[in-house]
Amino acid sequence: MAKVKQDIQEPDRLVFDLKQDIDYRNKTWKGLSVELIEEISRKKQEPDWMREIRLRSLEIYKSKPMPQWGPDLSDLDVNEIITYIDPDFKKQNSWDEVPEEIKEIFTALGIPKAEQESLAGVGAQFDSEIVYQNMRNELAKQGVIYMDMETALQEYEDIIREHFMKLVPPEDHKFAALHGAVWSGGSFVYVPEGVQVDIPLQSYFRLNAPGAGQFEHTLIIVEKGASLQFIEGCSAPKYSVNNLHAGCVELYVREGARLRYSTIENWSKNMYNLNTKRALVEKDGLIEWISGSFGSRVSMLYPMSILKGEGARAEFTGISFASKNQTLDTGAKILHAAPGTTSTINSRSIAKDGGKVFYRGLVKVLPEAVNSKASVSCESLMLDSQSRSDTVPVIDIRNDQVDFGHEAKVGRISEEAIYYLMSRGISEEEARALIVRGFVEPIAKEFPLEYAVELNNLLKIELEGTIG
Amino acid sequence: MGENLLEIKNLRATVEGKEILKGINLKVNKGEIHVIMGPNGAGKSTLANVIMGDPTYEITGGEITFQGESINELEVDKRARKGIFLSFQYPEEIPGISVENFLRTAKAAVTGEEQGIFQFRKLLLEKMAMLDMKEEYAGRYLNHGFSGGEKKKNEILQMAMLEPVLAILDETDSGLDIDAIRIVTEGIRKIASEENSFLIITHYNRILDYLDADYVHILMDGRIVKSGDISLAKEIEESGFIALEEVRNG
Repeated sequence: MAKVKQDIQEPDRLVFDLKQDIDYRNKTWKGLSVELIEEISRKKQEPDWMREIRLRSLEIYKSKPMPQWGPDLSDLDVNEIITYIDPDFKKQNSWDEVPEEIKEIFTALGIPKAEQESLAGVGAQFDSEIVYQNMRNELAKQGVIYMDMETALQEYEDIIREHFMKLVPPEDHKFAALHGAVWSGGSFVYVPEGVQVDIPLQSYFRLNAPGAGQFEHTLIIVEKGASLQFIEGCSAPKYSVNNLHAGCVELYVREGARLRYSTIENWSKNMYNLNTKRALVEKDGLIEWISGSFGSRVSMLYPMSILKGEGARAEFTGISFASKNQTLDTGAKILHAAPGTTSTINSRSIAKDGGKVFYRGLVKVLPEAVNSKASVSCESLMLDSQSRSDTVPVIDIRNDQVDFGHEAKVGRISEEAIYYLMSRGISEEEARALIVRGFVEPIAKEFPLEYAVELNNLLKIELEGTIG
Repeated sequence: MGENLLEIKNLRATVEGKEILKGINLKVNKGEIHVIMGPNGAGKSTLANVIMGDPTYEITGGEITFQGESINELEVDKRARKGIFLSFQYPEEIPGISVENFLRTAKAAVTGEEQGIFQFRKLLLEKMAMLDMKEEYAGRYLNHGFSGGEKKKNEILQMAMLEPVLAILDETDSGLDIDAIRIVTEGIRKIASEENSFLIITHYNRILDYLDADYVHILMDGRIVKSGDISLAKEIEESGFIALEEVRNG
């Protein structure tokens, strides 16, 4: 690390808050009706079975109550959310052909530059649809597929049909059902047996329209012995109306395969981020979740790993940072369903200026999952007395041959520690920053290099006016 | 002796409304080593922390003058930058920050100068060798999982790196074995000069075998009841604080 940061600042929203004045008239489709769902399906030229999933999901959505646990969602009126935005341009594989006003945004976010320097492929979604998708030739030659879901549905219908919403069925919860009804955009990745994708692919999701929802679907299949690193980034400018993100991520990790799925989530503070992510891991496979949650008004996000095959492993590493008017309810779920499976959960949460962070997690070990190992470490740090934090790690172990370790800590920033650091000439702000950096350090070093810098920038939060 | 460095006049301080310091008077000149002794609860640590500026304590009377200026209202970090250092009795553990990064930040803050990585590292390793500390300590998290003795050594390392004008050592000797005491006091002797002063708070006079103290003060019930030279410490060793108390009350 070059220079010790002088203070902890709110994520610099400047870039994320860039708005493009796009004329959304006649493009936005609001509400939830059978007609609207059918219209989306028709426009996307979907096969019948997909339209049926949408319509069935809509029924399920209507029949399910809002979640009665977790953060307050009473301000969210899904009927007021724009469910689909009809773009008037086609997906491109050259930035030169992406409409100028959209290209500008992604350029400001540094996507084309990252693509050249450190990524093997990029997908960029603007509102409802992917606007740009490209991947290095050598990966295509090895049979790697990376494309938007709409195209995948046309070109690989059988694979999509076999996997789509099979890990996260619409029956799962209300927002999974909503997703099933109105999903649009997202990425499909297929890595053939034995192929190693060492340089990450990145999909970036940008929600520009006020009052809109984003419902992208990510489906990744990593075949036997193959490996993939996938990065998901998301942001939106701030509006006074609520936005909604109800994406869905389904990951299939086959025998001996490895998948590292990293997310840096930077939604604006008018966003309800109700996302569902799930991985199915077969024999000796490995799923690694890296998760940074910084934005949104409310987040409910608990990536789940199903360790289905013997010796399957899951590692979850997460940081959540909630500031004023934010409630981040995040965590991880692990299901040990086979013998000799291993899971590690490592989470750090920070709350400041009245922000609320909750760690909510579940580790369940089934009777057949003997000789399994699980460890959970969740710590949270409150930077002032208005902020709130709690941890709810649920452990459910159904056999007695499990090696389980658990550590949970909730604390306030220690005045004694600040005094100690100040007695060495370090200013109060810097002392607080050092303590926060130290708190997240064991996690931060797990983040992919290309995000370590961003993470440091995100942690540059100004503490002026924070009462100790 | 040298010019005056620290002058404390009729200092009174409370914690949570309870008066701990009840009128302390103390004068420390440049180049001097002062020892403060006294029974548990006499206010020794309070005195050390009030000089450092610990916000837990409230000064209710009197004045602390450092280099001719009152520092009663000065923040902790600014006192440190003026050259006051406190070796804590119970140093805080700060996970996630390495000793090296922390000290480089502190050194930059105290000197006001950026610390080049390689130059700083060289100096750090030199000082660590002087204190018989293994190189790996530089990369460990600050005091995190350190033994009591390791923490105390680490305090002296910080002192050696930050080169204070006034170093207050709050029971740095307690919890150390004889070898460690020897290493620590050797460190102090190497740092001590005509330009700096030491205020050494101790419960035992073991440390005095290794240091040439100029003055010994006895602190009891929030006041300095007796000052003298090293022979006062010997006297305490023989008759104890209780006898002194009786003399005072008698």
